[in-house]
Amino acid sequence: MNLPAEYLMILTMLVPLAAVFGIAAADRYPNLREGVTLCASLILIFLVTKLYSLTTGGTEVSWTGIEIFPEIAIYFRIEPLGMIFSLIASFLWLITSIYSIGYMRGHEEQNQTRFYICFAIAISSVMGISYAGNLFTLFIFYEVLTLSTYPLVTHAGTDKAKRGGRVYLGILLSTSILFLLLGIIGTWYAAGSLDFVAGGVFDDGQTLAAAVLLPLFIFGIGKAAIMPFHRWLPAAMVAPTPVSALLHAVAVVKAGVFSVLKVCSYTFGFDMLRQLPTTEFLIYLAGASVIIASLVAMRQDNLKARLAYSTVSQLSYITVGALLANEAGALGGAMHIGMHAFGKITLCFCAGAIMVASHKTEISDMRGLGRKMPITMGAFFVGALSIIGLPPCGGTWSKWFLMIGTIDAEKWILMAVLMASSLLNIAYLLPIPLKGFLYESPDDTDLHDGIQEAPLPILIALTVTTFGCLVLFFYPQPLYELANSFVEATGYHAR
Amino acid sequence: MIEHLPILQVVVPLLGAPLCVIIRQARVVGLFALLISVITFLISCSQLQQVLQHGTIIYELGGWAAPWGIEYRIDYLNSYLLLIVSAMGAIVLVASQSSIVKELPRTRHMLFYTSYLLCLTGLLGILSTGDAFNIFVFLEISSLSSYTLIALGNDRRALTASYQYLIMGTIGATFIIIGVGLMYMMTGTLNMYDLAERLPEVHHSRTVLSAIGFFIVGVCLKLALFPLHLWLPNAYAFAPSMATAFLAATSTKVAVYILIRFIFSVVGAEFVDTVLPLPEIFIVLGIAGVFATSISAIYQLNIKRLFAYSSVAQIGYMIVGIAIGTPLGLTATLLHLFNHALMKAALFLAIGGVVYRVGSAQLSHFAGLGKQMPWAMGAIVAGGLSLIGVPLTVGFVSKWYLVLALLEKGWWPLTILVLISSLLAVIYVWRIVEWVYFTPPRIIIDDVQDAPISQLIPIWILVFANIYFGIDTSLTVGISQKAAAVLFSIGGAF
Repeated sequence: MNLPAEYLMILTMLVPLAAVFGIAAADRYPNLREGVTLCASLILIFLVTKLYSLTTGGTEVSWTGIEIFPEIAIYFRIEPLGMIFSLIASFLWLITSIYSIGYMRGHEEQNQTRFYICFAIAISSVMGISYAGNLFTLFIFYEVLTLSTYPLVTHAGTDKAKRGGRVYLGILLSTSILFLLLGIIGTWYAAGSLDFVAGGVFDDGQTLAAAVLLPLFIFGIGKAAIMPFHRWLPAAMVAPTPVSALLHAVAVVKAGVFSVLKVCSYTFGFDMLRQLPTTEFLIYLAGASVIIASLVAMRQDNLKARLAYSTVSQLSYITVGALLANEAGALGGAMHIGMHAFGKITLCFCAGAIMVASHKTEISDMRGLGRKMPITMGAFFVGALSIIGLPPCGGTWSKWFLMIGTIDAEKWILMAVLMASSLLNIAYLLPIPLKGFLYESPDDTDLHDGIQEAPLPILIALTVTTFGCLVLFFYPQPLYELANSFVEATGYHAR
Repeated sequence: MIEHLPILQVVVPLLGAPLCVIIRQARVVGLFALLISVITFLISCSQLQQVLQHGTIIYELGGWAAPWGIEYRIDYLNSYLLLIVSAMGAIVLVASQSSIVKELPRTRHMLFYTSYLLCLTGLLGILSTGDAFNIFVFLEISSLSSYTLIALGNDRRALTASYQYLIMGTIGATFIIIGVGLMYMMTGTLNMYDLAERLPEVHHSRTVLSAIGFFIVGVCLKLALFPLHLWLPNAYAFAPSMATAFLAATSTKVAVYILIRFIFSVVGAEFVDTVLPLPEIFIVLGIAGVFATSISAIYQLNIKRLFAYSSVAQIGYMIVGIAIGTPLGLTATLLHLFNHALMKAALFLAIGGVVYRVGSAQLSHFAGLGKQMPWAMGAIVAGGLSLIGVPLTVGFVSKWYLVLALLEKGWWPLTILVLISSLLAVIYVWRIVEWVYFTPPRIIIDDVQDAPISQLIPIWILVFANIYFGIDTSLTVGISQKAAAVLFSIGGAF
């Protein structure tokens, strides 16, 4: 396997697509079908790690495809932030596939073939997003991701799913068409380039254009779920749990904040960003999102809804980090993509495990559940710690850097916001496992009778991600170094 | 042989029409018409290639030099549109072989194909000729035959729809002939390029002014510019599916061509602007039309009517593109002519496939078809995505250029309106998606199968074209840009 690195990069997108055909062909043989998914995800991990070792070794990997418009081509280039995103997404695709097998069969879901097909397409577009070398390519895969995940959100086919799907597609498509596309065409018109380059594409004299365009990007990337365009995320929770886990804790939402980080660093450039009058407004809006979403999360009794609002809040952390436009903010933001991914996917896995094993969705019914499902509740506890940002979990580091970022920028209110939100995280996440372990369930005998741990694939998956949370605390160096080289690649150090 | 292509382009289908009457046999007539369409398509390909290599082709009918004789003049714009019309004609006829059998009694097949070929003749004639009166003649040929095509529809309402179109179309044609007559009165010539030279001498007469007014209003009736579009939805809804597919993909495009040709090549955009606030009128009507008809589309219960309204909305975009008055804006319009033909042909053919199996284009009859007719429904979704303007489809290419042209002009509010209006397309397309995929089938038809393969192939060729030309835009963008540049070098800006 000594293919040139460019081919490896293209293969990362083609392998999941090829899996689509395999999955479709193996429609009638569930074991074979899931085998195809697992094989494809293993190959993908191999490819991505290979690319990782190549790029950290200093190889420049880029590929120019067809020019769709004069001078605007499909263009891919690997840079550290994209590497972070693709590593996480490919690794978690494997884990989620294992989890899906347990969940979809345990829950006896219909249309499983369609489910795996859409999942594979979504992963393929995630790879496209992570390696996109210009805004145009990013936009294409961004839209493909939206469309390919729509059938996953409406998987159940019920009226509720249909309504959820409407909100999902409605918000994501309209923000992207109305704001993001306008922002991209506006950038093309103003700066004459859509490439991601160190220091951004705008000249110093174009502050006004950049100031107008920035909000278009921040609101247009609806997947980053900044308020008031966050409603799609709770709506998407009607999807089966593996979807909520991978897509709405990792792939889709991270594609959003990833794009935000990328646009802030490579399209605008941090130096430009700090001068813009609109940055100030947007950063406080993101701060407000952090707090408000946390407050809303406290009032949710449905576990998945609570997790969804928690995600909204955590995503805005990353947006804040990007808009802080300093070294620590970008570092924290980039690391938080990984840290939050592991934390939140663990929590979602647990929610799904509880649903499969006990058919419970409301938090108030979960008291005393820890005694029946100790592994699940234990994993939930660790995942919650990581989201909150407490040792010994990975979330500690990213929140640490984000905090330093606010201090460097001397934005004290924001610092207070981040701290307050962490406290709120404690208040709405920790009681769930604590009550699960410490409380007796109200009428123990019949309510929790016969409940046992979820099927084995589910347990394997959530144990792996739980360990991921812990490992990222003790051994965050690879992630830190990637994030660090991302900050260097933005041209920030050069000045 | 090769130098006679411009006239063969028109004469081949013209001669094919009476031959259809002679042949009469239902099965053979269809294949014969298909053969004729394929020949016209090949001719248009060859002409386009010639134009791209050697530039404008001038053909003098009967060897009489213009301005006494009739002149056919094929430049970038004509050859591009000839390609669109003949390609759509050929591909629709492939699907019609089976579709017509279900929708029309055998005795009427001959009528259908005869009027189809006459309609094709008219459209190709309009595109080829350089003579203003000739345009009127061919316009009448195409209009009269399309009234017949529409009236052939199974539903009795097709007759009233056709009658409605007849009245409106005749008014439009009359206005056009009045316009042409007045211009002839002032200049003594009917050749369009001769007219372009002589009109400036008499620019300031009221006669020329009213000639322009009559002509433009007449053409706008034919191209169904809001609010002159009222004939279109019924006509599209009740015509046989294949007639709808053909007319939707071609006839309004040709009317848009007449408008562009007249404004830029005959009277000159600068002059139009001095006597009429045309850009302002077009912008207001275009945008209002996009919104009004897109919102109407959302409330339609018949899918053919729904996409008919959507067609009117798309015409609004084309008119806005013209009104921008820059080469980039015109490029967007020309691109959309091509792209919209691809989308609507794919959509209406796929709907034709449903009518073939289910016998109705009512939205409620589409319930649950996603499982039963996966390929046809997949094509509707793909066509719908293209209509919305999702990246990697042709719709995105059109939208990109239109928005870019608006930004270049600095018209921010209009840009935002255009983008908002494209969200309306999301709503009406997604209404169909929800019916197709999330509603259990209502009517119990035991074995609804997918559309026959003879229809699926042309449908999916079009779907593929929707994607291909959304990725490789060098052909469409290249020609559109060249055509727009040529038009501006003749006609000047608004």
